Amino acid sequence: MSITPEEVLKIANLARLQIKPDEVEQYAKDLSNIIHLVEQMNAVDTKDIQPMAHPLDATQRLREDEVKEENQREKFQTIAPAAEQGLYLVPKVIE
Amino acid sequence: MQWETVIGLEIHVQLATQSKIFSGASTAYGAEPNTQACAVDLGLPGVLPVLNKEAVKMAAMFGFAVDATVAERSVFARKNYFYPDSPKGYQISQFELPIVEHGKLEIVLNNGECKTIGITRAHLEEDAGKSLHEEFPDSTGIDLNRCGTPLIEIVSEPDMRSAEEAVAYMKKIHSIVRYLGISDGNMQEGSFRCDANVSMRPKGQKEFGTRTETKNLNSFRFVERAINHEIERQIDVLEDGGEVVQETRLYDANKDETRSMRSKEEANDYRYFPDPDLLPVVINSEELEAIKKELPELPAAKNARFKQSYELNDYDAENLVMDKDTADYFENIVNVGNVKAKLAANWVLGELTAALNQHDIEIMNSPVSAKMMSELLIRIEDNTLSNKIAKEVFHAMWAGEGSVDEIIEAKGLKQITDSSEIEALVDQVIADNPEQVEQYKSGKDKVFGFFVGQVMKLSKGKANPQQVNELLKAKLQ
Repeated sequence: MSITPEEVLKIANLARLQIKPDEVEQYAKDLSNIIHLVEQMNAVDTKDIQPMAHPLDATQRLREDEVKEENQREKFQTIAPAAEQGLYLVPKVIE
Repeated sequence: MQWETVIGLEIHVQLATQSKIFSGASTAYGAEPNTQACAVDLGLPGVLPVLNKEAVKMAAMFGFAVDATVAERSVFARKNYFYPDSPKGYQISQFELPIVEHGKLEIVLNNGECKTIGITRAHLEEDAGKSLHEEFPDSTGIDLNRCGTPLIEIVSEPDMRSAEEAVAYMKKIHSIVRYLGISDGNMQEGSFRCDANVSMRPKGQKEFGTRTETKNLNSFRFVERAINHEIERQIDVLEDGGEVVQETRLYDANKDETRSMRSKEEANDYRYFPDPDLLPVVINSEELEAIKKELPELPAAKNARFKQSYELNDYDAENLVMDKDTADYFENIVNVGNVKAKLAANWVLGELTAALNQHDIEIMNSPVSAKMMSELLIRIEDNTLSNKIAKEVFHAMWAGEGSVDEIIEAKGLKQITDSSEIEALVDQVIADNPEQVEQYKSGKDKVFGFFVGQVMKLSKGKANPQQVNELLKAKLQ
């Protein structure tokens, strides 16, 4: 399986990545190579192997349901590009 | 052509935890904007989500309540999309290995018919924040307090065939999460909301037609209306020789119509992958057994018990158990006041429900408490009040005019059961209406009702109707 230049543009758009038109071919080639590498693993019989969800052989630690965070809005909003009336402001989003 | 409707629902339920699913920020509703959005909720660099134990337990409880498989191992995944109310650029959800799979639920339709609806899965995920478009002329304001509130998304099989079935299913899910105490189910505040997938196919055809998804329906009435609209719209398109486009639509309650949300179309490629910040969630079988044992009595079991111990019919039992608070209220009246179950059921589902609906009040906040209601019904059973006068007393209690006995005393409403007193009234009515007496004696039985009415009127509704009937019958012989 290979990645086409059209697919590169689609993935870039979904990930909101800006790429230069003259780089599309190279990305298509590089990504195709990665896919080919992964495809080699398909040759291995993995019938009885449970797919790994995480490289660590451990399970999720759970937290007690307790409110431990305090309001730090003022602090957080000093690093926001724009905030007003307690709200974070972003360019107008029209549905 | 005869069309068949196919409906599947996705229901989002906010879990009633104190803190967020992956952070220690509060989930309380209605706080000042962004005062409950911590570094984890904001997706600031370097933070790590840590899973809330209670959210996992609540999801498992739901699974057991709908006869589903609760997975000993489930995995969180990232659902990637960009929208300003989701600051990380992805939502943490579950994809390939959800915590709950293969459940089912029985619904009862208005005609009494039962139907089983399959539940494909229910997975844990985090809620997004809110976008406020109206406040500023050139910007959108973002409130991230809701970000990270735990949700379960419950996905049904495409088993429903009408808006009525969809609403019945949604009400049943609502009832179950309230019974389990895993959500407040408050639809106005968005704790319980629904997306409806609707498609049409020619009757008898096996393959599904193209479906649309109508988003964010936050009342039972809107679900019914939006689905019926979508059915009509799709039939119109198909019968004009057109094709239904697979798309997301939005229901506009003000205009009562659905319309296309083109902005989200291209985003329907979420590129899920396991979230490297979270390890697989493992609940061992002993823990699962413990959760199962803690489950409260659910609507179906309560329904069966109500029919058995209180000898209620299907209608009364189903309507009483639908809402847990209503069922508790009913049981309080019957057990505390030792009132006849049928009388209690009639009053709870009749006068009380009507008054609650009219004033838009939840039963737990009813101005007439279960104790007051039982005192009222005792006064009907001991013949102090007729059913009709009891309604007057009920509304006086509702308005805060005092206890049953205080109101009876103050308004002089005590039922007349003294037979000599009733006899005097009966004699007077007979004496005043010789013409009707003639008619009755010549065989016009219908006139009997007239006499009863006159006696009741003369007694200002206070005469015991049964005694009035008996005495009139005897006197008119």
